[in-house]
Amino acid sequence: MSFMQIIDLKVHYPIRGGFFNSIVDWVYAVDGIDMEFEQGKTYGLVGESGCGKSTTGKAIIGLEKITSGKILFEGEDVTKERKSRTSHFHREVQMIFQDSHSSLNPRKRIADILAEPIRNFLNLTPREERKKIDELLAIVGMPGDSKEKFPHEFSGGQKQRINIARALATNPKLIIADEPVSALDLSVQAQVLNFMKDVQKEFGLTYLFISHDLGVVKHMCDYIFIMYKGRFVECGTKQDIYQNPKHLYTKRLLNSIPATTPLGREKRKWARQEFEKMYEKHIHKAFDENGRVYDLIPISDTHYVSASSVKEVV
Amino acid sequence: MDILDIQNLHVGFRINDTFYDAVDGVSFTLKNNEILAIVGESGCGKSTLATAIIGLHHEQNARVTGKILFGERNLLECSEEEMNHIRGAEIAMIFQDPLSALNPLMRIGDQIEEALTYHTDYSRDEREEKVLQLLKQVGISKPEQVARQFPHQLSGGMRQRVMIAIAISCKPKIIIADEPTTALDVTIQAQILDLLKELQNETEAGIILITHDLGVVAEMADRVMVMYAGEIIEEAPVQKLFASPKHPYTRLLFNSMPQLHSTNERLNAIEGIVPSLTHLPRTGCRFASRIPWIPKDAHEEQPIFHEISKGHFVKCTCWKYFNFQHESSINR
Repeated sequence: MSFMQIIDLKVHYPIRGGFFNSIVDWVYAVDGIDMEFEQGKTYGLVGESGCGKSTTGKAIIGLEKITSGKILFEGEDVTKERKSRTSHFHREVQMIFQDSHSSLNPRKRIADILAEPIRNFLNLTPREERKKIDELLAIVGMPGDSKEKFPHEFSGGQKQRINIARALATNPKLIIADEPVSALDLSVQAQVLNFMKDVQKEFGLTYLFISHDLGVVKHMCDYIFIMYKGRFVECGTKQDIYQNPKHLYTKRLLNSIPATTPLGREKRKWARQEFEKMYEKHIHKAFDENGRVYDLIPISDTHYVSASSVKEVV
Repeated sequence: MDILDIQNLHVGFRINDTFYDAVDGVSFTLKNNEILAIVGESGCGKSTLATAIIGLHHEQNARVTGKILFGERNLLECSEEEMNHIRGAEIAMIFQDPLSALNPLMRIGDQIEEALTYHTDYSRDEREEKVLQLLKQVGISKPEQVARQFPHQLSGGMRQRVMIAIAISCKPKIIIADEPTTALDVTIQAQILDLLKELQNETEAGIILITHDLGVVAEMADRVMVMYAGEIIEEAPVQKLFASPKHPYTRLLFNSMPQLHSTNERLNAIEGIVPSLTHLPRTGCRFASRIPWIPKDAHEEQPIFHEISKGHFVKCTCWKYFNFQHESSINR
């Protein structure tokens, strides 16, 4: 049973210009998407830069005004509520950002950084608060003396752990992770991803995992949305997407994952360029006459593809 | 033919009036028409090495010793004026972030022309023609239009193409590419890498490719050097390195990649963190602290390079005794 639904979410930005700075055009950053979240699952949101994946994450949590659409949380409409700072919704939905450094206040000690969500939402006595902070640090595997330190004293991986600890402070149901490991090195990336999986098991968390790295998404996610120009072009379980991609754009993304062996790279290069030519030739078919990506059509219980009709899906 | 020969290069940075070596005794050669990849995590000294080659370190804050032989000349002994003629003309560099490497107030065409004005004696018309030709060469479909635009009007991939056009404008003998695709999408990444390779086939330049992405290495490199904490710890032709990595660090690094075809629940992480510059162990095997389950006597006291097969060099002897932690716990 899903605990949260997003219905026909749209985020449009006005382009102003001309006389009196009037609105001359719109950017359709997110243009009508539907999502559902079930407890304990990880949802991947994949696409290239500028496709609207970060905007989606920010719109859900309330950092971005939404043009139209609804967000239902446990049956309640929270679309308006999510803007207020003290709303119950913010206890349940938290976010981790890509840049672990700039999302921590450089002039606050770790204890104060972690205390902020606790003070906002959890009415604890100072002693309980200290205990909670110790617990949080223990969960993310940081030594107890890090409480008194400042963010700059930690490495990138450690800072990302502190971010995760802060997100966990209010026992949320959903954590939106916007490219949480793309700024980290390979070995540290593995540490953080493992750790995210561990806390997920322990607390029954749901993740919305926003990323452009298909290798990481494959490792982390149960269900994947592929986003292109503000719309979903394909969504399905991990198996649907990786073993049976249907949309041309999904195929292109999968095709561009670098192989991990130097063997046969000449052949791969040739295949890649042939595919690129084919892609250029056929991608116009993915849009309707208004230049919008087609609506999603179900082709199995879990697998949806954007197409003009079922016949088009080969 | 060797076009670049680096011998025992040290680059130290001043921290509280003491110099700490970020690049610590690195030696290697580069041949023409070769792509040499330097791989390592952030902070291992790979970018410092690149900027040392083209002499971008300030004397006051950095101490560069050793030899960088480029043809007959030692670049470390060249005057600033001589370096100005080498930089851009004979050794070119492509940076990671094209937006901050390009001048935001100059039109694209003028930025490419700047290098030509300085390093060649083309007339103005010839230069303009050359700019359009270069833009075409890097795969930009409307060169006349792009030459009149400013950097912010271009996408990330286009900007990186412009950077490459500037780099190749004077037909350099060496191109240093510092993380050329890290800021780009995967779909664009492949295009830029293919472009670099095609251009290399035409110009026969030697390319030093600095990256942390093993996928990029697999697609591009002829020879690979792995760096850790300021030292090269393994060097091998690309097929050999991917088929049989030897040094514990290299093996752990390969092992921590998310594999597309594996169904493992957990990724294999490397324990600990890269030591910071001021806390680097200066003696013994620098990787020892991150593989504590390997006995101390497996490491050499003064690690040196061992050639274990033709062209395959490994530092220290610990690789012979190395096994992954989960394997060693089974053995016990």
